[in-house]
Amino acid sequence: MSSNSNMSLTLKIWRQPDAVSAGAMHTYQVTDVSPDMSFLEMLDVLNEDLNAKGEDPIAFDSDCREGICGMCGLMINGDAHGPEVTTTCQLHMRSFTDGETITIEPWRATAFPVIKDLVVDRSSFDRIIQQGGYISVNTGSAPEAHSVPVPRDDAMRAFSVATCIGCGACVAACPNGSASLFMGAKITHLGELPQGQPERDSRVVNMVAQHDHEGFGGCTNIGECTAACPKEIPLDVISQLNKDLRTALKHGF
Amino acid sequence: MSHGPRLLHGPERGTVLLVSTTSLVKGARASRSTIALKLLMAISGLIFIGFVLMHMYGNLKAFAGHDAFNEYAHHLRTFGEPMLPHEGLLWIIRVTLLGALIVHVYAAVALWRRAQRARTTPYAVKKHTGATFASRLMRWGGVTLLLFIIWHLLNFTIGKVNVSGGPTNDPYNLLVDTFDTWWLTVIYLVAMAALGAHLHHGVWSAAQTLGLTGNAKARATWKKIAFVTALIISVGFSLVPIFVLAGVISK
Repeated sequence: MSSNSNMSLTLKIWRQPDAVSAGAMHTYQVTDVSPDMSFLEMLDVLNEDLNAKGEDPIAFDSDCREGICGMCGLMINGDAHGPEVTTTCQLHMRSFTDGETITIEPWRATAFPVIKDLVVDRSSFDRIIQQGGYISVNTGSAPEAHSVPVPRDDAMRAFSVATCIGCGACVAACPNGSASLFMGAKITHLGELPQGQPERDSRVVNMVAQHDHEGFGGCTNIGECTAACPKEIPLDVISQLNKDLRTALKHGF
Repeated sequence: MSHGPRLLHGPERGTVLLVSTTSLVKGARASRSTIALKLLMAISGLIFIGFVLMHMYGNLKAFAGHDAFNEYAHHLRTFGEPMLPHEGLLWIIRVTLLGALIVHVYAAVALWRRAQRARTTPYAVKKHTGATFASRLMRWGGVTLLLFIIWHLLNFTIGKVNVSGGPTNDPYNLLVDTFDTWWLTVIYLVAMAALGAHLHHGVWSAAQTLGLTGNAKARATWKKIAFVTALIISVGFSLVPIFVLAGVISK
C-alpha cells in the first residue's frame, strides 16, 4: 500500500497514571496509519512513537487479538468496541476516515475501576461467575455424550449465548451501568442444558445478588448492550434472566 | 451494600491495589434484588394501564353528550350498591392506584439512584446506538407524568378548578370549560404525548421484565403491542380535549 492512502488521525485518549490519581483526556497525532491495521495496531504505532520520545506508552488491554478472548475493549467515539459489531482488536482502521478525530476512553463503570489509562479491573465479572456461572459435577472420565440427550434447539440456543466472551461492552454501553446482558447470557447458556438444572434457582439468585453488590446498575431494557455486543447476544437472554429469578422467587429462594 | 472502589494494600510494601470489592455475597435473597424492583415496576405499571383504559372509556362518553357523561360519572359512585357503600368501588380503585403509585415511584427512584452510582465518571463522548428515544425519556418523562397527575387531580377531583369561573359541580360542563381554555388543552396534550412515550417503552419493558420475551418473535410481538397500546391510549385521551377546543363537544 502506498503511503498516499495512509491516514493521519487525531486521537483524544484518556490518560490516568494509576488507579488513585485523577485522569484527563490527552490529544495525540498519529500519522502513516494503514487502513488495514487493526485499531490496536494503530495504538501500537502511537506507543512506538511515544516510546521513542521517552513518554509513557498508553496502557490498554489485549490478548488474543482475534476476537475470542474478551480482553480488549475500548469506548471509541462513544461506541463500545467502535462503530462495527466486533471486538476492538478486530476493528480495522478502514472504518475511519483520514483526518478524523477519534475519542478513546476506558469502560466507565463503578464496578470496573480504571487501573491505568484505558485498562479497567473487570474482576467483578469473575466474582459474578464464582456465584453460579458453573455447574457442579463429579470430575472423572468424560461421560458418553449421548447419555444426556439435549433437544437440538436448546443446544443451539445454549451454544449461541455461550459465545459471550465477558468483554464488558454491555456494561460500558448501558446507560444504567448494568451487567444484565452478561448475566443473562450465562443464565441462558446453563439453563438450557440438563446439567444446569439442579443449581438453576440458586444460580440466578446468587449471581444477581453479586451483580447488585458489585455496584452495577439495574436494567431498564433499553437495548444499548445488545447493540454493542461483539457476539450479538440478543436481549431475550435478559428476559430469560428475569424469568429465572421470578421462578426462583416462587420456589422460595 | 458496598459500592465503589476501595483501596487495599498490596503484598509489596508501598504498593496499593484498587479493587471494586472482593467479598462474595452470602445468603442472597431473590426479593432483595434489582430484578425484584423491576418486577414491582412492571406489575404496578400494568395496574396503571388497566386504569387508564377504563378512564379513557369514561372520557369518550363526552361524545355522547352532557347527560350520558354525567350519568356515567354519577354511576361510578353508585356502582356495586347496595353490596358496596356509596363510592365504594371508587375508593377501592383509589387505594389500589395510590399503592401502585407509591411502589412504581419507589422502584423508579431506587433504580435511578443505583444507575447514577453505577457510573460516576461520565463519558466524554457517548452515542446511544440501539436505544429508542422513548426509552431514554422514561425517567424525566415519568417525572412529567407525576407532575401532570397532581395537576390533573387538582383540576378535576380534589380542587375542582374551573379557570373560566363557571360551576364545578357539573362534570361535563367542567370538562368543556377546561378544554375551551387553550393552554389547559396544551398541557393535557403534552402530558398525553409523554404518556404515549412512557407506554411505548414501558409496556415492552414490563413484558421483558416478566420474562415474556424469550425469543426474537415474542420480542417483536411485544414491541408491536407496546406501540399499539401507547397509540390507542395517547390518541384516545387526546380526542376529547381536541374536539372540545374545536367546538364539536360543547355545552
